[in-house]
Amino acid sequence: MGLIQLGGHEKDGSPDVITLTVEKAVNWARKGSLWPMTFGLACCAIEMIAAVSSRYDMDRYGAGVFRASPRQSDLMIVAGTVCRRMAPVIRKIYDQMPEPKYVIAMGSCATSGNIYDSYSVVQGVDRFVPVDIYVPGCPPTPEALFDGILKLQERIMQKRVFLSQPKEVKDALKV
Amino acid sequence: MAQFEDQRTTVYKVDPEHPESETLPTLRTEELLLNMGPQHPSTHGVLKVILELEGERLVKSTPVMGFLHRGVEKLAEEGTYHQFIPHTDRLDYVCAMYNNFAYCRAVEKLMNITVPDRAEYLRTIVAEIQRIIGHQFWLGTQALDIGAMTVFFYCFRDREILLDWFDELCGARLTTSWYRIGGVERDFTPSLFAKLKQFLDYFPPKIDEYVIFLEKNRIWLARTKGVAVISAEDALSFGLSGPTLRGSGVDYDLRKYEPYSAYPKCEFSVPVGKNGDTYDRYWIRVQEMYESVKIIRQCLEQIQDGPIMADVPSVTLPPKERVFTNLESMIQQFKLFSQGFNAPPGEIYCGTEAHKGELGFYIVSTGGGKPYRLKIRAPSFIHMGAFDHMSKGYMIADAVTIFGTYDIVMGECDR
Amino acid sequence: MSQLAKRIEDTFPGACTRVVEWRGDLAVTVKSETLRDVARFLRDDPAMRFDYIVHVSSVDWPDDEERFEVVYEVYSIRTRQRIRLKTRVPESDCIVDSLTDIWKGADFMEREVYDMMGIRFRNHPDLRRILMPDEYDEGYPLRKDFPLRGKGWRDTFEFLDEPTR
Repeated sequence: MGLIQLGGHEKDGSPDVITLTVEKAVNWARKGSLWPMTFGLACCAIEMIAAVSSRYDMDRYGAGVFRASPRQSDLMIVAGTVCRRMAPVIRKIYDQMPEPKYVIAMGSCATSGNIYDSYSVVQGVDRFVPVDIYVPGCPPTPEALFDGILKLQERIMQKRVFLSQPKEVKDALKV
Repeated sequence: MAQFEDQRTTVYKVDPEHPESETLPTLRTEELLLNMGPQHPSTHGVLKVILELEGERLVKSTPVMGFLHRGVEKLAEEGTYHQFIPHTDRLDYVCAMYNNFAYCRAVEKLMNITVPDRAEYLRTIVAEIQRIIGHQFWLGTQALDIGAMTVFFYCFRDREILLDWFDELCGARLTTSWYRIGGVERDFTPSLFAKLKQFLDYFPPKIDEYVIFLEKNRIWLARTKGVAVISAEDALSFGLSGPTLRGSGVDYDLRKYEPYSAYPKCEFSVPVGKNGDTYDRYWIRVQEMYESVKIIRQCLEQIQDGPIMADVPSVTLPPKERVFTNLESMIQQFKLFSQGFNAPPGEIYCGTEAHKGELGFYIVSTGGGKPYRLKIRAPSFIHMGAFDHMSKGYMIADAVTIFGTYDIVMGECDR
Repeated sequence: MSQLAKRIEDTFPGACTRVVEWRGDLAVTVKSETLRDVARFLRDDPAMRFDYIVHVSSVDWPDDEERFEVVYEVYSIRTRQRIRLKTRVPESDCIVDSLTDIWKGADFMEREVYDMMGIRFRNHPDLRRILMPDEYDEGYPLRKDFPLRGKGWRDTFEFLDEPTR
């Protein structure tokens, strides 16, 4: 797994030597620079905007650069009710994001459909897109969203980087 | 894909002795169909617009909606009247309190309930605070779309103060459900009154601060003056309301035309524009923020002690403290939520001046606890009907301005 | 208020089938073939001037012979009056005249009525579904015989089987 060790320099003992595995370094870089995509669908989008604004500043977690293009982002925060009509659009955008990509289902509607048990609402975005973190709430406060992002960062730190994927997964992801 | 000659590969026949006499083939242009949305940073939610462009000019724009259609009107038929209040929060999610207010007024009209005075004042105060929040949100996002990012951060900073106030009042920042049929859920605490008075002194100079960035800024003026002009009769024929209609010179404001709640007892003016362009609508909304501060101040002076819920036990909910200690209250609460109250058969329409326009509820009841048909008259949906008319002849970049000036929220548009 | 109803009765004898005034609202039900003329009269007559369209909606009464009711609510800014104009159509012939050329805002609102209830509008410039996708074939959601959870469209994701890119 690799411990991250801070070591002292031989000559004067100042702690400026770090030993760690390359995997940890890559994971640290990935978690510290999550670029979310603007994917606000409904009310949770307002709380997401508030999370980026001056009081709750998401930029201090590295996740403040919201890219409008899926090709340049690695985090998709599905914020709001997922209607069946919007589902192919969400899937297409998810497919357009380059690896590694993460998905946060923000809010109860994205998690499970919430109170909208009706003819046009998909009961949870995880029915057609794999989700890493679920943030419940209606809407979740910006602090709850940060909790989700920090948990995502912890998960990223635990991922294996230089392990090859099983053949089935590789074939499924082929163009 | 249609076959056409690529203009770049056409050979120009030039006479080497007289090169100036070359005849160029006439330039052929074609209209371009551009899809904007549903995932787009500036479309204020999930809205798709198919733009037909000639160069950069919009010839025709077709809005395609329904990406956030949640079936709320059908869900209303399944639950009781009380159970619909949280659904109304999520319609126009930027201004949740006003939706609750409009719905509760509609049901009170149906049931013929009079709300006590103190509750009316409390409702008006909160409604006007919500109007300020909504306009701050609007101004921040409109400025952000046009490019003035500083205004966005300033508006949201002050919006947070009010959202904290809501948090203290009812526990939620955004989707609040504080209004109840017959009154309000709970009273203000003394600390809420104090904070509100502090805010009323702090806020008007802040509006001046936002406006300083914009009112003499040449880029703002160039992008808003003369853009998206609509005449008064077209606006009425399309059913536009709120600042979108008042920008064109019609002073239709339900708070003055059909006064309700505590508005008749307050002195305030309704700003009306002249040219019907984006700048006028922006100016109206900024003035409305000043007027809201005035209304809140007057309500705070006039408010008296009294009950906060109408005393109609068959319809209104008992106070929560009594539900867990008093048996009759518990039974009343249980009956009202499981069966609903007995609404008389008939139909009503009740419109309220929400900050986007006229938000109305058309309720048809056949008796019993559940509405037979509940139709939401959503201003955003109706404003989208005028989008094509308003955007003819302007540039693509103006399409984004037009979304903003209409103040569209997809939760309300699609329901 | 009932003066308004009387004026409509006098101008179009036999058109009104029902006039109801309740909780301050006036609702006039007219026969579907006279709807257009009454609407034009309401907008153009100098004493009426109902130039602001409030909403267009529909109600489903499955037990009645004339199953669908189309409701137009209009308001006059000048005289500050409201009126609700209604008409009924049976299921077998659920087609009503479109009032898009009288009030432009009726365009999208009538499309929504078509989408949700299945009532068609004669001479509508662009009658297609608005809130549901164009190819939605399960029916008309707001009818009383349509189940709340739909008929399975919300749970089938055929786009997942298509090859990506």
